[in-house]
Amino acid sequence: MPAFILLTVLTALRVLGRNRLRAGLTMLGIVIGVGAVIAMVSIGEGAKAAVAHRVASMGTNVIIVLPGATTVGGVRGGQGGAVTLTVADGLDLKKRIPLLRDTGWAKRDVMQIVNGNRNWNGPVNGISPSYLAIRDWSFVSGGPFTQADVDAAARVALIGQTVVENLFEAGEEPVGSVIRIKNVPFRVIGVLAPKGQSAQGSDQDDIIFIPFSTAERKVFGTLFLGSVAALFASAERLEDLGPAVAQIRETLRARHRLQPDQEDDFTIRTQVDIGKVQEGTSHTLTVMLFAIASVSLLVGGIGIMNILLVSVTERTREIGVRMAVGAKRRHILIQFLIEAMTLSLVGGCIGILLGIVGARLTTVIAGWPTIISPQTVATAFVFSVAVGLFFGLYPANKASRLNPIDALRYE
Amino acid sequence: MVPLIRCENLWKIYRLGDVEVQALRGLDLSIDPGEFVAVMGASGSGKSTLMNILGCLDQPTKGRYWLSGTDVAALKPDQLAEIRNQQIGFVFQSFNLIPRTSALENAQLPLFYRGMSLRDQRALAMAALARVGLQGREEHHPTQLSGGQQQRVAIARALVTAPSLLLADEPTGNLDTQSSREIMAILDGLNKEQGITVILVTHEPDIAAYASREIMIKDGCVLSDRRTKAAASLLPAEV
Repeated sequence: MPAFILLTVLTALRVLGRNRLRAGLTMLGIVIGVGAVIAMVSIGEGAKAAVAHRVASMGTNVIIVLPGATTVGGVRGGQGGAVTLTVADGLDLKKRIPLLRDTGWAKRDVMQIVNGNRNWNGPVNGISPSYLAIRDWSFVSGGPFTQADVDAAARVALIGQTVVENLFEAGEEPVGSVIRIKNVPFRVIGVLAPKGQSAQGSDQDDIIFIPFSTAERKVFGTLFLGSVAALFASAERLEDLGPAVAQIRETLRARHRLQPDQEDDFTIRTQVDIGKVQEGTSHTLTVMLFAIASVSLLVGGIGIMNILLVSVTERTREIGVRMAVGAKRRHILIQFLIEAMTLSLVGGCIGILLGIVGARLTTVIAGWPTIISPQTVATAFVFSVAVGLFFGLYPANKASRLNPIDALRYE
Repeated sequence: MVPLIRCENLWKIYRLGDVEVQALRGLDLSIDPGEFVAVMGASGSGKSTLMNILGCLDQPTKGRYWLSGTDVAALKPDQLAEIRNQQIGFVFQSFNLIPRTSALENAQLPLFYRGMSLRDQRALAMAALARVGLQGREEHHPTQLSGGQQQRVAIARALVTAPSLLLADEPTGNLDTQSSREIMAILDGLNKEQGITVILVTHEPDIAAYASREIMIKDGCVLSDRRTKAAASLLPAEV
């Protein structure tokens, strides 16, 4: 049997080599289908990895509590529409919920920042010192401010890469220099390590951090002291996120004296939720690509079936001769199946190469990240064999059921 | 002696649309090992149908057929393929070589379906081609060979399996006189020297003259059956 299979493969290759143009055109559908699958999947995987990276850049096991969704006199305000969260809430959550490693808070406003003759409008965030740890911010130079800075409402600032680029000369060391935020002088004590885009697509490095107390008292002109734009918390473990969210909701509802029939006046999001939204987007993309790939593989498969039916008709006499000298049905069946699979496999391999080249070009030209995983290549390979097998079955079966006498007499 | 071929009351009925064609009508036949038989008859006499049944390519509608003592009429298609592969060699009027495939590979074909190793296949096919005088032309494709040479490749393909029965359906029908003589000399040699039973269908009396027995078929029955020569040695000479 191995000799039979080997020789059949050689015969198949020779038959296909004889009709190169025909074989090439037949394979085209599979080539395009598999190529599209490889290129698209690697672009999709690249996008997914980028999203995962962005979600990870939020921090580790992060929970975000946003104020909002209050209904006043029948009018429902949007998220963040009311001042409902306070520093006291944040402190209380940490005290009451042991699952939380830490809590932090922030409020933000876009303000003009000036350094010498350069200026930049950037989001200024007043934060608790714990915020930096929760969001996994690290430093390229300098370091964070301390609780003492917060207590003293010190005029110190941490700045992100985008701000550095816009306010400082290349090569100039920002740490130690004095910038003005809304005309208040601040000493830069740290430069943040870059994080890139957020899960929502905004530039996370366009950022300035100052102590919460300083922001409240000296820069923002806050109406309600102690109100925050968002509370942040981090849990020790990923599995703790669910229970922690429930406990935060319970604690905040109690603190805000909400009746059981009242809606929450805050919104809780976890890093996992945000990741899921992003995954949903790429899932839609994947389904669409799968549909495209299926259609092209189907068309390619039908092409193979068609050319094989032609081949069976052309070679009817040959089939008759083979049967006369002792080929059994399964020999004829296997012969044509192998021809079909050779077509789809060669097409698939060309498609895989083309897809890899396409993905690389996408990275080089469009700058999109692409990832070609061995699983993708293996799946495409298996799929092309399966297409050959499936669409070869009908013509091969037809050939194997020919009557030897009729086949021998066929003109 | 057990006859190589024994047919009893063979019937073959085709249905072509509404018309029922009785190609064989209760034919009886017995052929011993080592015979050289010419089957003659007008077209439509049923001789092709008979050859198909004798060659296990087709099965009778009714009747029994024993080949080397085996009742063939009851076998399934794959079992018939096995018998064709093991016991029967075919030579056709139109050669029926596989195009764009070398003489050697054509001659190897039956061994291919025996699952024999490639090395053995080649060795046997080389020997068979040498037997029909085609050494040195193993790599030629059918289009590079003359009609007579193509038919010799076909004979090599038929005898590569060392069959007990060789069926030749008008083997010289497409050949000139010189080539016909060469082909007949080879068939005669296979019969005389190797004791292979040869059954030959032909229209031409001078071709039929090579045989030692002549069977006339008409309307699906044996019209006449006569020995034209003293039967040659029926079994291969012991060497």
